[in-house]
Amino acid sequence: MTTLASERNPVARVERRVPPAPIPLSRIAAVELRKSMDTRSGFWLLAGIVILAVLATTAVLLFAPDDEVTYETFASAIGFPMAVILPMIAILSVTSEWSQRTGLSTFTLVPHRGRIILAKGIVAVGIAVVSMLVAMAVGALGNIVGPAIAGVDQVWNADLGDLTNIVIANTLGLLTGFMLGVLIRNSAGAIVAYFVYSLLLPTVFGVLAAAQEWFRDIQPWVDVSYAQGALFDGALTQQQWAQLGVTTLAWLVLPLAVGVVLMRRSEVK
Amino acid sequence: MITVESLTKQYGAVTAVDDVTFTARPGRVTGFLGPNGAGKSTTLRIVVGLTPASSGSAEVCGHRFADLPNPGLQVGVLLDASAQHAGRTGREVLTVAQRMMGLPSGRVDDMLDLVSLTPSEAGRRVRNYSLGMRQRLGIAAALLGEPEVLILDEPANGLDPAGIRWMRGLLRDYADRGATVLLSSHLLHEIEVIADDLVVIGEGRIVAQGPKADLLRAAGTLVRTPQLELLSDALAASGIRSAVSRAVDGGDSLRVEGDPEVVGQVAHLAGVPLIELRAAEGAGLEEMFLELTAETQREGAAA
Ligand SMILES: Nc1ncnc2c1ncn2[C@@H]1O[C@H](COP(=O)(O)OP(=O)(O)O)[C@@H](O)[C@H]1O
Ligand SMILES: [Mg+2]
Repeated sequence: MTTLASERNPVARVERRVPPAPIPLSRIAAVELRKSMDTRSGFWLLAGIVILAVLATTAVLLFAPDDEVTYETFASAIGFPMAVILPMIAILSVTSEWSQRTGLSTFTLVPHRGRIILAKGIVAVGIAVVSMLVAMAVGALGNIVGPAIAGVDQVWNADLGDLTNIVIANTLGLLTGFMLGVLIRNSAGAIVAYFVYSLLLPTVFGVLAAAQEWFRDIQPWVDVSYAQGALFDGALTQQQWAQLGVTTLAWLVLPLAVGVVLMRRSEVK
Repeated sequence: MITVESLTKQYGAVTAVDDVTFTARPGRVTGFLGPNGAGKSTTLRIVVGLTPASSGSAEVCGHRFADLPNPGLQVGVLLDASAQHAGRTGREVLTVAQRMMGLPSGRVDDMLDLVSLTPSEAGRRVRNYSLGMRQRLGIAAALLGEPEVLILDEPANGLDPAGIRWMRGLLRDYADRGATVLLSSHLLHEIEVIADDLVVIGEGRIVAQGPKADLLRAAGTLVRTPQLELLSDALAASGIRSAVSRAVDGGDSLRVEGDPEVVGQVAHLAGVPLIELRAAEGAGLEEMFLELTAETQREGAAA
């Protein structure tokens, strides 16, 4: 053991001829993708998406009444667990740098935190889109097999626009988790905040809207989950898109910007 | 080459690093020495851009750390061996770094070999590593990119005596090949054996720095007397600074900033009997380390 050092010491390249090339963003993203899968927790979160998609499809096949064996049933059965898991993946990809303290090496290998966050964001959205495509394919398979078993006609009651809206909605949910991860930088804290954000806040707004008439009118412009919920109900009107834009700006884009600024200035220990 | 200039870091009312200036040169091992809480880790974190400085600047290889295009290929950093994802295997930790730096994958095996982590150990999750194994893994990660500068914070922590010896050999060799090696420690003995230059820090301030040999030479005089107060008053009256030695047991010794000859004369004139009078060199750097850091602690307490 003690002889190794002299036998094969890594030669310090003191007279380095050319300065090394900068690290491209694509490489950072590739490494971040690897990091999201190379731990048990990361692996099972990703595997969980596929497993739950299959389970949900099976459940619909087994338990759904014949007249509800439609593509929409499959899509929403698969979509629900995914809507929960994807934000968790996004949260952990950011917060583990702090909670697991890997940031010490990550941010010394790439001393530009904004680039790391950007790469993580790209990877998270990529994972979301791919897993939704997989889920939709599983659902489609179910919707071919299911009606055949039940002896009913196939019902393809979700068009490309609907599916796109679902992808947008889930991506926004995932980015919400991502934003909270960047802002809070602590796994448990960000996960709790996410549930406050996605469960508690809509309830509060709902109660407020029920009790106060003035709020009912502005709710679509204030309540982000109300505005995003429209994405699950088919095509949006121009006004609904505007409401989605306004609420997303206020509840997602701005806090994310604040989070990135704070994170770049923060201390990594 | 690492250049730190007038670095200051404030945490609220606490000044963790106070106007620190030093240079770590190529081909030399620079020991960054100071008791716990002296500001070593904070300084090193600022150098690699993990902590923003309140004022002052730090450069590595002539650039701000953040301006290095691919820092891992120029600067090997090990700040805290425990700061790894517990669920990643040792090999995976190195692979992630190797990919990020854009190195060939064979480098990972070379480094595992170098730090004597067996393939089966490398396949275990870091959660199950001893501190010594983590330290080896951290050193492997730092050396991955064949950097010309090494920055290591307390790398000997958790290593067994054989491991410490191995690391010394490795760092010595590395510096001999022209690299800049900066390593911190709160244990003088660890650093005394390996460092060429020393930067001694206490309470955030540099209390001494220079080549180890010079610092040893400047260690002054050690004098033992049954009339300690009388002698220290007499020395003070002659404008010579002295302090009760901490490196010698018994509490009847003074470390004096002056030659033995001068001390002898002062004692003679004051009529103080001496038991022992010699150059403090023999007491080694420890004397200096303890004195200097104790001094800043006293000043800090008085302020
Ligand atoms: N985030 C922080 N907030 C407040 N004080 C801090 C913080 N980080 C470090 N310190 C203080 O700064 C001083 C230097 O700490 P550190 O650099 O870790 O010392 P060392 O590495 O020499 O043991 C200590 O007094 C420590 O308590
Ligand atoms: Mg420390």
